[in-house]
Amino acid sequence: MTAKATTRKKLNNPFLEGVRDGLPIALGYFAVAFSLGIMAKKAGLTPFEGFLASFLTNASAGENAGFLVIREDSGLAVMALMTLVASARYFLMACSLSQRFDPKMPFYHRLLIGFDLTDEIFGAQIARPGNVCPAYTYGLFVLPLIGWSSGTALGIVTGNALPANIVSALSVALYGMFIAIVVPPAKKDKVVAGTVIVSLLLSFALSRLPVVSELSEGVRILILTVVISAGAALLFPIKEGDAHE
Amino acid sequence: MNKMLYILVMAGTTYLIRVLPLTLIRKKIKNRFIRSFLYYVPYVTLTVMTFPAIMDATANPIAGLVSLVVGIVLALLNVGLFPVAVSCCAVVFVLEMIL
Repeated sequence: MTAKATTRKKLNNPFLEGVRDGLPIALGYFAVAFSLGIMAKKAGLTPFEGFLASFLTNASAGENAGFLVIREDSGLAVMALMTLVASARYFLMACSLSQRFDPKMPFYHRLLIGFDLTDEIFGAQIARPGNVCPAYTYGLFVLPLIGWSSGTALGIVTGNALPANIVSALSVALYGMFIAIVVPPAKKDKVVAGTVIVSLLLSFALSRLPVVSELSEGVRILILTVVISAGAALLFPIKEGDAHE
Repeated sequence: MNKMLYILVMAGTTYLIRVLPLTLIRKKIKNRFIRSFLYYVPYVTLTVMTFPAIMDATANPIAGLVSLVVGIVLALLNVGLFPVAVSCCAVVFVLEMIL
């Protein structure tokens, strides 16, 4: 590794740049989707149904909850509600991302970019300086969509065929990516750094404390995100006229 | 009930959650609190999703914890997204053979 290497080089073609940055996301997705496929199998989904569910939904916690609803055949209203709770954080991410659109960007891009706004793809878009570039985002979609939906289908077909140590190692790829997204801005902005440290502590505490640890992971993430971000915003509002955030 | 209907409701609800803010918020938000809030959201949400989940994702929690620390150190050195992700996987793979 060279000390000079920047976090992410810009290529001349934003679409290809997106495809490149989508590769680690796709690898992580493949591993996670594989275990999601095992959930889908328990819900009685065929590989094609699993593929379709993942291709259209693109949400790990949401699909996990959704497959549970299918398995228990709890009805469409419960499905909508569970999805809403498990995936509510995307609402916040979408609000945040809306601030990074060029107001002159054609409207249909908003409809398309919303199709695959996942944690990781959101993170990659946010990490790229300036306004969101639709071509970059579409490039970003390609490999993760394939990895996510084919991983689910393959999980249904093969069950637990991958060795456990490979699954274990692959499953941290996603988190490694999150770390690489969060740390560089935290290095530059002390308030972000402090917010991240508080997030680490509270997240750990809430996952281990009695009662609150009973909450589903999706709900816990939602509560922590709202409370900590609001606290940081009250105590350390960003400077007026900050062009990009 | 038909599984396809379930899948469509799941996909449709998720799409609306994502696309409503993207399409309804067409201007730059002026309110300073909301702008600050939205500025912090991605960092907080990615952090709370990573930890402590990274310790539950691996067969051995210590391997997950060490990969978190290694990931942070490498990210501080600005080595890039993919190398950090691969290094975290490698750390877990190696540690779980030893531990």
